[in-house]
Amino acid sequence: MNTFTDDTRARAREIIARYPAGRERSALLPLLHLVQSEEGYVSADGIGFCADQLGLTKAEVNAVASFYTMYKRKPAGDWLVSVCTNTMCGVLGGDKAFEALSEYLGVGHEETTADGTITLEHAECLAACDYAPVLTVNYEFFDKVQADEALDLVRRLQDGERPRPTRGTRLCPLKEMSLQLAGFPDEREGAIGEGPAGEPTLAGNRLAERYGIAVPGFDPETPIGKPRNDGPGHHPPPETTPKPAVDAKPAGDDVKGTTP
Amino acid sequence: MTQPSREALDMLTPVLTKRWLSPDAWRLDVYERLDGYSALRKALGAHPDELIQLVKDSGLRGRGGAGFPTGMKWGFIPQNDRKPHYLVVNADEGEPGTCKDLPLMMADPHALIEGIIIASYAIRSNQAFIYVRGEAVHAARRLRHAVIEAYKAGYLGRNILDSGFDLDLVVHSGAGAYICGEETALLDSLEGYRGQPRLRPPFPATNGLYSCPTVINNVETIMSVPYIVLGGSAWFRSMGTEKSPGPKIYSVSGRVNEPGQYECALGITLRQLIELAGGMQDGHQLRFWTPGGSSTPLLTDEHLDAPMDFEGMAAVGTMLGTTAVQVFSDQDCPVYAAYRWIEFYHHESCGKCTPCREGNFWMKQVLRRILSGAGTQDDLQTLLDACDNLLGRSFCALGDGAASPVMSSIKFFRQDYVDYIEGRTPPLLAPFTAAELVGTH
Repeated sequence: MNTFTDDTRARAREIIARYPAGRERSALLPLLHLVQSEEGYVSADGIGFCADQLGLTKAEVNAVASFYTMYKRKPAGDWLVSVCTNTMCGVLGGDKAFEALSEYLGVGHEETTADGTITLEHAECLAACDYAPVLTVNYEFFDKVQADEALDLVRRLQDGERPRPTRGTRLCPLKEMSLQLAGFPDEREGAIGEGPAGEPTLAGNRLAERYGIAVPGFDPETPIGKPRNDGPGHHPPPETTPKPAVDAKPAGDDVKGTTP
Repeated sequence: MTQPSREALDMLTPVLTKRWLSPDAWRLDVYERLDGYSALRKALGAHPDELIQLVKDSGLRGRGGAGFPTGMKWGFIPQNDRKPHYLVVNADEGEPGTCKDLPLMMADPHALIEGIIIASYAIRSNQAFIYVRGEAVHAARRLRHAVIEAYKAGYLGRNILDSGFDLDLVVHSGAGAYICGEETALLDSLEGYRGQPRLRPPFPATNGLYSCPTVINNVETIMSVPYIVLGGSAWFRSMGTEKSPGPKIYSVSGRVNEPGQYECALGITLRQLIELAGGMQDGHQLRFWTPGGSSTPLLTDEHLDAPMDFEGMAAVGTMLGTTAVQVFSDQDCPVYAAYRWIEFYHHESCGKCTPCREGNFWMKQVLRRILSGAGTQDDLQTLLDACDNLLGRSFCALGDGAASPVMSSIKFFRQDYVDYIEGRTPPLLAPFTAAELVGTH
């Protein structure tokens, strides 16, 4: 079975073109996200696809894929529920939330429910300790989630609902998310703007507002080094290394300059 | 809830976080209305060497944990060497407790891009990368959108703002490996390999990405640059201390009433930070805390008044790290905390260096044995021996970091360990099952 189409190949070429000529291997991580977006995990076919695109052996690709936890080696569910059980979240309720979910779903760490909808994992610090305890669904944050709320959230996922994350954007299935991880934009209307900062993020700012605190003495006209008379554009450009002409790209130019 | 004292309030320095109050600052038009890209216009009118000197004069030190002087790092890049130069932003935030770079990137992605363009211009780089933690999907979404907007507006690409300077910027998502926050492991990962640290020397300044001169800076470091360009080094030095100048985002979590992000002058104390964070929660007494993530040795209530800058934290035997202030109380167990962190280091060790790979594997089991009530009197010495073999004996700081919670918790809370071993504290966890030990790596 080969699920990879001409579209996948076109996307792979687009990924590879992001990196400097001769440095195509840099595309390997996004390519692995790409094959995961097609199959829901990194299969043997996916490994082979990446190897073909980059002229690597399957062993070389496998060595990389097996190093990173976000590449799933078995088919994963539509919804990856990651419960932070690092120390802070753990003591504030994350440990209990993980246990409750594990018992309710009947699966352990990195296991998927029999119906293939939910994969459970315990996660290491998710960089949201001011919202602890947190869990993520397909990497979108659900903040201050105790065991009961975690169970409710998972039941809603099982009922086909898509609960709204506390921050971040409305949920999309793991395959769609993997395409974004490969570097492709989120095409959903308004998705980028969703998810305003929560109160813990703004806590220091709120205090500063309440007490009228600002940093004094900020003058954006402060000269840089010696005062200069000439403005932007009048300075000789810095010494830069021109890019060599390769693969039909003109020297010193790059496709992304015009079509990012 | 306690009211913060005037001294604590006076430490607040809303600079990098200020635009967070504008919910649409991630959009280019809003960012421009809030003075966005004015630092870039100003910087492009200066010589790159003047910018490097400016950042040196500001005293800015790396915000990713190590505190290396940023201007000096930029100055190490050899010039006129006919090699491409690279700027790589380390946005792989994952040090336990650390949660400042994600809100920065989510709320203010153009400010990061503006800092990147200025830094690239200063070090004469035409290609920059943001290596963003894989799990940070919303930050990456906003960054990618901002990069597209910046290209369209002529802030990225060819001949930026008619200056003759070219820059391409790629947002590169990682795939879930804490070790990639270590700068040389990050470079290997960005080159498409397993994220494993490199032996230094040579240093990235001469042999970094693709073996070319490379600057790797943390998100918060780069985002400080536009403010230094606008306000000048003297203004930047009006905050913080002589050797640790500037504002710094302190991420306070745990047993306080208002956990959150508090941008303060470097040198604030924990006592002041707890005041800003609304005091300790009812029924909780401060017992132990990390000044800058789990890799920085724990402190206790003896250290409430130690200044939280690079020197002040070194003076009390720890490190400033990422200013991830995790506050634990008398209801939290330091032995369990150490155990969970060692589970983390064990999971995240890349396996390259034997002391880190094996040391964490064994320490995890010894700690679990103690917590399950089966510890022996020799176990503390075994842990300290393991730490002795970890500290300074691996390629990167992950190994050193793993020793921190174990050594510091034994130093301050030895009795807590002994109470588990001698049965005065009931077991907290069941022993490892054989199944748990199989395939733990």
